[in-house]
Amino acid sequence: MSDALLSVRGLEAGYGGSQVLFGVDLDVGCGEVVSLLGRNGMGKTTTVLSIMGLLPTRAGEIRFAGRAMTCQAPFRIAQAGIGLVPEGRQVFPTLTVEENLIATASNRGGRAAPWTLERVYGFFPRLAERRRNYGDEISGGEQQMLAIGRALMTNPKLLLLDEATEGLAPLTRQEIWDRLAALKRDGLSILIIDKTIEALLVLADRHVILEKGRSVWSGSSRALADDPVTRDRYLSV
Amino acid sequence: MPTSLVLVQLFNGLQFGVLLFLVAAGLTLVFGVMDFINLAHGVQYMLGAYLAVAFYRLTGSFFAAAALALPASLLFGLALEVVVLRHLYVRDHLSQVLATFGVILFLNEGVKIVWGAAPLNLALPELLSGSVPLMEGLRYPVYRFVIIGVGLSVAGGLYLFVNHTRIGMLVRAGASNTAMISALGVDIKRLFTIVFGFGAMLAGLAGVMVAPILSVEPGMGDQVLILAFVVIVIGGIGSIRGAFVAALLVGVIDTLGRSFMTDALRLVLPASPARMIGPALASMGIYLLMAAVLALRPAGLFPAKGRA
Ligand SMILES: Nc1ncnc2c1ncn2[C@@H]1O[C@H](COP(=O)(O)OP(=O)(O)OP(=O)(O)O)[C@@H](O)[C@H]1O
Ligand SMILES: [Mg+2]
Repeated sequence: MSDALLSVRGLEAGYGGSQVLFGVDLDVGCGEVVSLLGRNGMGKTTTVLSIMGLLPTRAGEIRFAGRAMTCQAPFRIAQAGIGLVPEGRQVFPTLTVEENLIATASNRGGRAAPWTLERVYGFFPRLAERRRNYGDEISGGEQQMLAIGRALMTNPKLLLLDEATEGLAPLTRQEIWDRLAALKRDGLSILIIDKTIEALLVLADRHVILEKGRSVWSGSSRALADDPVTRDRYLSV
Repeated sequence: MPTSLVLVQLFNGLQFGVLLFLVAAGLTLVFGVMDFINLAHGVQYMLGAYLAVAFYRLTGSFFAAAALALPASLLFGLALEVVVLRHLYVRDHLSQVLATFGVILFLNEGVKIVWGAAPLNLALPELLSGSVPLMEGLRYPVYRFVIIGVGLSVAGGLYLFVNHTRIGMLVRAGASNTAMISALGVDIKRLFTIVFGFGAMLAGLAGVMVAPILSVEPGMGDQVLILAFVVIVIGGIGSIRGAFVAALLVGVIDTLGRSFMTDALRLVLPASPARMIGPALASMGIYLLMAAVLALRPAGLFPAKGRA
């Protein structure tokens, strides 16, 4: 797929002496939502860190928006248009909610209708109520909304979500899924990691499954829904 | 002891504290944001003073010298960061301490080669050399009020800067998570350089301001550096507010201790032991303060990791 927004080929990476990724292939097209699946410790977060440039790539190629991103500094990759919502949310505890949103905001792509503070507050009204609270004074769900809002404020072409709803209350989860669906309708490309397959089958167009650092399966939601053997083999705990 | 004398020493302490703040501000940001221990920070203070003297010789005007010494301090700080210090950020603290100690030795020696080992002086302009009446029969030098005024204004400006600008937000966010900042599109190296240059310029400003009242000599930054470290440890590493409060505390306690400790001891001890113990106790005062603060609040008065 040469017109893919993000394309990862033969990605290998690891930590110090231990290699974790042994060949990850995945594509995200424009306006497409792709999920990255796999059991605990299979290398999903490691893939995200490599795409973001936070972990050096040992082999393989990462291209984004037609440019080679392998070995680029994280800030250049972010500036090219990838918005990260990291595992564990990592909102800045030393900044207020509003400052978290403003501090790294940008519109480098020159988007005509960019994300602004008002728009994020309209999108997540709970953040507006908490705007003066510090990042460590709000609930986990609010932190996740803040992490998503913070990424949106960089006006990314691709949203990279690691553990979109982990550890959140059911109602809050539903709200996050709801908001992600709205982003998809808006045409935003998304690469998402989460443990709730049912919700991902509804939201995502395609899925990539990782097994011990390799991408072993990829296909549409329909294909995954109709394939209990694959689900059982790679995803059941 | 007369209240007028206490008042004078209080002002002296304030003036000393304000200078300490200017040096400590850069030190605490560089330590807090970059996790970098920069012993060479005191050198920036010394260089500010030497640059003021050098530009005074060139221009013959104190104000022109001060105005030129500041950007020169900034440029020197930036050059030092790019050429030497930048390569030390990824190293451990011990390497940083050793390498920046080397920078101190090198630059103290360099200053001797350029300007000689003998202490230099800088004359105050007519405009600033008078004194103003504080109360009946008590006058206080204008220039020391100028130092206090400049220091307090810079502190206020810095407070606004750190709390109300984007760069200030990034500096505060950087105290807790630099990787996340760069993953959101911020060139962290450039941010570091800006913070560093700014801190160097503030230390340079302190050096410029003391040039007319202290002798300008090699190694003059070393004593100040130690006190600046005491200040940032008391205030909480990475916190501008902490550095401000701690610098004033240290300045006032140190000055009052040196002036009145012996007299105070005389109230409870005979004269001769008081004369012996007084000065010793006075010079320990700020370290006792540091120990007390660390015992009660190990992260300092205003820990920056949790909140600015
Ligand atoms: N910082 C690290 N240092 C060394 N090994 C690590 C590090 N982080 C992760 N690993 C190892 O790399 C492997 C892949 O981890 P990774 O975090 O990518 O998995 P994951 O698919 O995101 O899992 P989870 O679903 O639990 O988030 C695991 O075996 C893990 O133990
Ligand atoms: Mg993970």
